[in-house]
Amino acid sequence: MSTKPGWEVEPLLDAMMRSLAPWRQEAETGMIGIYTGGAWIARRLHAAMGLDLPLGEVDISFYRDDFSHVGLHPQVRASHIPFDVDGRQIILVDDVCYTGRTIRAAMNEIFDYGRPARIILAVLVDRGGRELPIQPDVAALRLTPVSGEAIKLTGPEPLCLELRQVEGRP
Amino acid sequence: MRKGLHFGDADIQHGADGRLRHLLSMEGLRAGEILQILDAAESFLEIGQRVIKKTPTLRGRTIVNLFFENSTRTRSTFELAAKRLSADVLNIAVSTSSQSKGESLLDTVDNLRAMHVDGFVIRHPEAGAAHQVARHVGGEALVINAGDGQHAHPTQALLDVFTIRHYRGPIENLVVAIVGDVLHSRVARSQIYALSTLGCPEIRVIGPRTLVPAELSALGVHVYHDLDAGLQGADVVCALRLQRERMETHRLPSQDEYHRRFGLTSQRLEKAAADALVLHPGPMNRGVEIASELADGPQAVILAQVTHGLAVRMAVLTLLAGALGGEED
Repeated sequence: MSTKPGWEVEPLLDAMMRSLAPWRQEAETGMIGIYTGGAWIARRLHAAMGLDLPLGEVDISFYRDDFSHVGLHPQVRASHIPFDVDGRQIILVDDVCYTGRTIRAAMNEIFDYGRPARIILAVLVDRGGRELPIQPDVAALRLTPVSGEAIKLTGPEPLCLELRQVEGRP
Repeated sequence: MRKGLHFGDADIQHGADGRLRHLLSMEGLRAGEILQILDAAESFLEIGQRVIKKTPTLRGRTIVNLFFENSTRTRSTFELAAKRLSADVLNIAVSTSSQSKGESLLDTVDNLRAMHVDGFVIRHPEAGAAHQVARHVGGEALVINAGDGQHAHPTQALLDVFTIRHYRGPIENLVVAIVGDVLHSRVARSQIYALSTLGCPEIRVIGPRTLVPAELSALGVHVYHDLDAGLQGADVVCALRLQRERMETHRLPSQDEYHRRFGLTSQRLEKAAADALVLHPGPMNRGVEIASELADGPQAVILAQVTHGLAVRMAVLTLLAGALGGEED
């Protein structure tokens, strides 16, 4: 696996924050990050935006639509949403938006906590390749990787975004 | 407890791809697999506190609870676990089944296989029953042993180590004492394997010589015939249910005498560590192996064990169902 030079994550986080400004209501807006990368991004955004409600984090392992093919993820963390989801505006945060299946699973899980008034999707990278009609409201970077390239966020300290060439694929 | 009780040499718990596909005993389970189950169970514990306590994980799957012995706790938590994972559940109890008409275990299983079920949770009075079913169905369905004779009760052991870790942290740092009829207990046997696989530095077994023979030390446990000595400094105390039929076979004098010598009370527990945790798999004989004031007191986590049992059984079902449809042997 080869790694090309990555991107500076800090300016991308700033860009996300600026784009999220119209939706920011300190006392009312909840934020939920998707494990693992989305939770790292969400922790940074949550702190910087000064939201009053504590940050939520979800692990979608039990909601994946490919569970019967891939089985249980070796490391599952407990989801935790420490605020009432019902009737609330929620910013859902992930690192990379690709097929849209992770977002669908996360929304299914959130709806098991209650019925949000609105969900806003914010991602660091939109890399295209959607298989479901799900689009981010906020994306700091839009990329079109060629086949065989994977975008990987490593972290949490420091956060690094890399484009990797996956070997064994054309 | 019988030593070296094996049901064929092959590792039938793992598939050809190395994944766990049946849970039959704690013997042969890797520490990593146990920890994966315990971690997933922490997630399911959180899900159990939501308004909607359900995940879509096993949607479309059918799980059969096949119980040839009475059980309230184990059967109902397995049923609820499967239902909360969105599986369909079939409960079959021996009194209502055709076993009473002489049908064999494997014939019953074959009839259920013809209905394309995905999993069997089996409790049976004979040791090895679940192994027999697992060998019969292979990779076609998952099999969970919910207690077989005096052999094993792996999900009870998993919920016990989950409870211990939940309240007291890593097992590697704890002295655990198991008190009672260790010889005949499938719970104790499974607890000992689970604790030692997780690196418990000191496992003690306490009870009268007739129920806790010195030969048990071959399992790597410390044998005590005196309750006070065995409890000394223990971080966790696991009581076992005293099977009343043991009195009839003259292994024990009387319930009162047993309680005087080996019954757990708050006073006897003073010998253990100050915040020692008290577990019991249920159903309890109050005033025999455990005093009511202790069972209902702050150190007992007996009802939490039931809550944890549900989460652990969800985790086991999820792990095994995830390996279904994998590599067939």
